[in-house]
Amino acid sequence: MSHSKTHRVLPGFGLSLGFTLAYLSLIVLVPVSAVFIKTAGMTAEQFWTAVASPRVVASYKLTFGAALLAAAINCVFGLLLAWGITRYTFPGRKLVDALIDLPFALPTAVAGIALTAIYAKNGWLGQFLEPLGIKIAFGPPGVLVALVFIGLPFVVRTVQPVLEDLDAEFEEAAASLGATRWQAVTRIVFPTLLPALLTGFALAFARAVGEYGSVIFIAGNIPMVSEITPLMIITKLEQYDYQGATAIASVMLVISFLLLLTVNGLQSWAAKRTGRTY
Amino acid sequence: MSAVAKALSPHAGGASRFERNAATRDAGIVKFLVLSLGLIFFAIFLLMPLVAVFLEAFRKGAATYFAALVEPDALSAIKLTLIAAAIAVPLNLVFGVSAAWAVAKFNFPGKQFLITLIDLPFSVSPVVAGLIYVLVFGLQGWFGAWLSAHDIKIVFAVPAIVLATVFVTFPFIARELIPLMQAQGRDEEEAAISLGASGLQTFFRVTIPNVKWALLYGVILCNARAMGEFGAVSVVSGHIRGETNTMPLHVEILYNEYQFAAAFAVASLLALLALVTLALKTYVEWRISHPATKEAV
Repeated sequence: MSHSKTHRVLPGFGLSLGFTLAYLSLIVLVPVSAVFIKTAGMTAEQFWTAVASPRVVASYKLTFGAALLAAAINCVFGLLLAWGITRYTFPGRKLVDALIDLPFALPTAVAGIALTAIYAKNGWLGQFLEPLGIKIAFGPPGVLVALVFIGLPFVVRTVQPVLEDLDAEFEEAAASLGATRWQAVTRIVFPTLLPALLTGFALAFARAVGEYGSVIFIAGNIPMVSEITPLMIITKLEQYDYQGATAIASVMLVISFLLLLTVNGLQSWAAKRTGRTY
Repeated sequence: MSAVAKALSPHAGGASRFERNAATRDAGIVKFLVLSLGLIFFAIFLLMPLVAVFLEAFRKGAATYFAALVEPDALSAIKLTLIAAAIAVPLNLVFGVSAAWAVAKFNFPGKQFLITLIDLPFSVSPVVAGLIYVLVFGLQGWFGAWLSAHDIKIVFAVPAIVLATVFVTFPFIARELIPLMQAQGRDEEEAAISLGASGLQTFFRVTIPNVKWALLYGVILCNARAMGEFGAVSVVSGHIRGETNTMPLHVEILYNEYQFAAAFAVASLLALLALVTLALKTYVEWRISHPATKEAV
């Protein structure tokens, strides 16, 4: 630290840091703190009634359950896609690579109505699935489908660069020492990928927990069955129950903070493992 | 992970080198299984929704499609979306450059914590992002009484829509610039200063040219999110037709009124924006990974 003070050749430190802190406080920190200040003004009973009513608890179960399952599904298929894109040549590889980011670029409301058009009773896939007794839209499976859609790029984009950078030497050494290809992949490649895969999982999960736009169209929003937690905040707001909305928001914010710290921890672990910075 | 880190990867895009090497080559059947499972998943979960938007948009014919786009409420939604992005993107651009300059060129205590805080809006649910501005500026909020006494409307009006958009797009440009500028260090800037360049000259002639592609990349992603944001904007908009509806909110209203073709028509504009975003993004990634061909095109 003292080194930098004596050596500060470049101008603009005070200005850039001052503006950064002021803008960060004004746009993010002060408004976010409003949630906690308002929550702190509630009695324990008011808070508990808002965050632990059966309908809200049902929404936690759905939100976290579906987000976990979606992140797990994304890990499996995200890993397959990342592997395919980095390790194999096939026609259309560049196009697939570019379109992986579609869920980042496509507005969530658009994704929501498109997925509903596909999985509704008379939809593209729904018309074949419903006669088989598989009902996806307007129930919990619809929530899962939407969360899988929005989470996929997180896993692919964290695993892919590690796979690309992975030196062939390790697998060559394994092969020359008599390991089978399966052993080389499961004992050499997979452990190297693990931190990135877990980071991707955590990122997909964190995004899925807060997701709103793509879910509400396909979920059906049936109380106790297919309502997600962000929707509960909206519902409380529409009933002018600002206190209830804020209490639930404070729970979600605390979870967001914890996930953010988890992701940071995982990323520094991954960086140590692979020597790569994110 | 930042785009720049991805594109600067020494082996980016060299899939064939793994297939030429006996030690990293998978058996044909493995390749077949991995690719078919991955690509079927890709086709169902990513490709199909994209195609569905355009086909559903034209289901009732081109006349209905274009009528939905030029209808006054749609035009006002398009206008508001452009306004929100036109304010949010430059604000976050200035912030991103300023934050990256402070973080990458200087050492100070709490730097890592600052970087974490900058990422915070990414992990906050869009609905909570909208709610915080209701708590600050809404009628029940901190400044609600004062604002209403002075007849200033923020929530359920354009200012809150802009604020919510600024919040959700807050980290995009900063997080592209910070890792790149940290990797580049401060040697070039220090050389320029010691050769007599002013701070501004150094910034515009040394720093900006070094980061221009990452900057553009951040702007593209920031803009896409700004124009497409739904949850946060939905909470603060009040949904007044022709006044406080952005394009995604207009899509929702049409959809809930069972005007499916019109909803998908407006949605197709947003999907087109997403495709343009992806194309530009791919181009910028290619430019970053091929610096040698910089002036050739």
